[in-house]
Amino acid sequence: MAGIEVTALHKRYPDGTVAVDHVDLSIDDGELFVMLGPSGCGKTTTLRAIAGLERQTTGDIRIGDTLVNDLLPAERDIAMVFQFYALYPHLRTRDNLAFPLRAEGLPKAEVRERVAEAARLMRLDSLLDRRPRQLSGGEQQRVALARALVRRPRAFLMDEPLTNLDAELRADMRTEIKHLQGELGTTMVYVTHDQVEAMSLGHRIAILNKGRVEQIGTPLEVYNRPASLFCAAFIGSPPMNLIEVEVADGKLRSQGGLVLTPPPGLPRDRRLVAGVRPEALEVTEPGAQRSVPARVVSAEWLGDEIIYAIDHSGQRDVRVRMPPTVRFAADAPVGLRHTGGTPTVYDVHTEELVA
Amino acid sequence: MAVSVDEAVSTGPARDRTPPARRLGGRGRSALEVALLTVLAVVMLFPVLWMIETSIKENRDVYAVPAQFFGFTVTMDHFKDVFVGPDGGRSALSVAFLNSAVVAGVSTVLATVLGVPAAWAYSRLAVKARKDQLFFILSTRFMPPVVVVIPIFLMYRQVGLIDSKLGLILIYTAFNVPFTIWMMKGFVDEVPAEYEDAAMLDGYTRLQAFWRFTLPLLVPGIAATAVFALIFSWNEFVFAIFLTSSDSVRTAPPAIAGLIGGTTTDWGLVAAASVVFALPVLVFAYLVRKHLVAGVTLGAVRR
Repeated sequence: MAGIEVTALHKRYPDGTVAVDHVDLSIDDGELFVMLGPSGCGKTTTLRAIAGLERQTTGDIRIGDTLVNDLLPAERDIAMVFQFYALYPHLRTRDNLAFPLRAEGLPKAEVRERVAEAARLMRLDSLLDRRPRQLSGGEQQRVALARALVRRPRAFLMDEPLTNLDAELRADMRTEIKHLQGELGTTMVYVTHDQVEAMSLGHRIAILNKGRVEQIGTPLEVYNRPASLFCAAFIGSPPMNLIEVEVADGKLRSQGGLVLTPPPGLPRDRRLVAGVRPEALEVTEPGAQRSVPARVVSAEWLGDEIIYAIDHSGQRDVRVRMPPTVRFAADAPVGLRHTGGTPTVYDVHTEELVA
Repeated sequence: MAVSVDEAVSTGPARDRTPPARRLGGRGRSALEVALLTVLAVVMLFPVLWMIETSIKENRDVYAVPAQFFGFTVTMDHFKDVFVGPDGGRSALSVAFLNSAVVAGVSTVLATVLGVPAAWAYSRLAVKARKDQLFFILSTRFMPPVVVVIPIFLMYRQVGLIDSKLGLILIYTAFNVPFTIWMMKGFVDEVPAEYEDAAMLDGYTRLQAFWRFTLPLLVPGIAATAVFALIFSWNEFVFAIFLTSSDSVRTAPPAIAGLIGGTTTDWGLVAAASVVFALPVLVFAYLVRKHLVAGVTLGAVRR
């Protein structure tokens, strides 16, 4: 078991594309660390560099106390699980599991013992004599996880391991992975583009965009105080509302008259955007106290909640999360009221958090 | 497994998409179909059938007017003449067939050995200016080979490769390598790179990973590619006739062509030699037909 230290990692491809732009990460021993971002943000390249499958242009990678820059993938003592499970198609489950151990040259008795242990842990006992094509997607993924487990590596690297599963199975496997990581206490670096997966799994989340780290924090920190407009728009479903505001009379005021409490230390003379979560707003009867006039554009009835899209002085996509009992028809005139605490405020030009 | 909407509804309207011909009743349509296909088959196969017939007719039946389709005397003399010379030793034709086998076989093996790893590298590694390189490789096939016959003839004369099997092997390999690279690159692209990644994490080097995991999955593609390369080399005529002259080096296509002309042409011998010439490729393609179909359709199937 070991932590992973990534310092000023930079990857530039021969054609000039910069995939990873001076990324620093410090992953603790035993941590489940999630790298989250849209496709092409450099998260997979970073993971592959840690694995040794891709050579960085500059920068250092340490696993534990070892500088691994010049080590082959196999010498780094890590295991990786791929999106496409990469089980050897011609081998039975049993041999797929035993394969990395045999490659290491372990004695037969120990191989047998470790395979049995991993199979028990991932509940694969009845599948040991099947070939990959005879397994369902979920079963293949469990075999892939077990194959990573048998190595007893210092760290697990997971490259979007649940993307190919259907929604229900994905939720099950998510729980399973989280449970497994907690039980084994292994360092795990998990790459995903799915923010729900990131929020539910990660001890900490790194949000990447265009090869740079936008924010690193616990799921709550990332949710409550997104460090940039990109993070604000990326985390949460529906995402944070970004409303242009001005500072006037010690208050934040939107064009449509919505009034928000300003955080302390706001700079003057800058164009600002306030980030307001859908649950920090409320749709009311028109003319209710402290509300501003607005109009319902559409409503999504999700059963346990309703997501309203509200037209607020020309901004037609203000999302509001409401309990299912509060019902307004589409196009109905309504009131919009802010109920949450202090919003986060961003500079329009730098796109970064100012307060 | 969840059934998608598309799958669920496709069975219903599918009946409506049946071509009108099928509604006319199976029997009438199939009779017409069979008749048309028969005509087509006769037209396509007649030259082949005639070649086979001629190869087993005696010479007087070959020239008989009207031509005899049935009831001629069957003889295997022509086939004997293909392999046995007039003096009882090996005939020039049999030497030519042996030369063809050597030249086509070796050039195919060479093209495969060079082309498959190259295709793998172009598919997997970050090669500088990959697209330009691939285009350059492809561009060598833009030109009809006959255009370069004279320059190559002159070059070969300078370096002493004229009238040698090595010369033919080299030129056929040169033509087959680009083809092999392009065709194999498609197959390599189809094999997920994660197999190699996983193998490298399990302790293998990149080359070992390629050799142990990717290569076995490429066998159908290699078989399909090799068949095409083999057919090209086996059938090639232009370079063979320009670059070789002696009976000991000449391959089968110019040798068979050489039978025609002179004062009389032994059509029976020409036909028999042609049958023998056509057989190996047919047999080879038949043996690897499973791979061939799998290989050619591989790219069309979604993973």
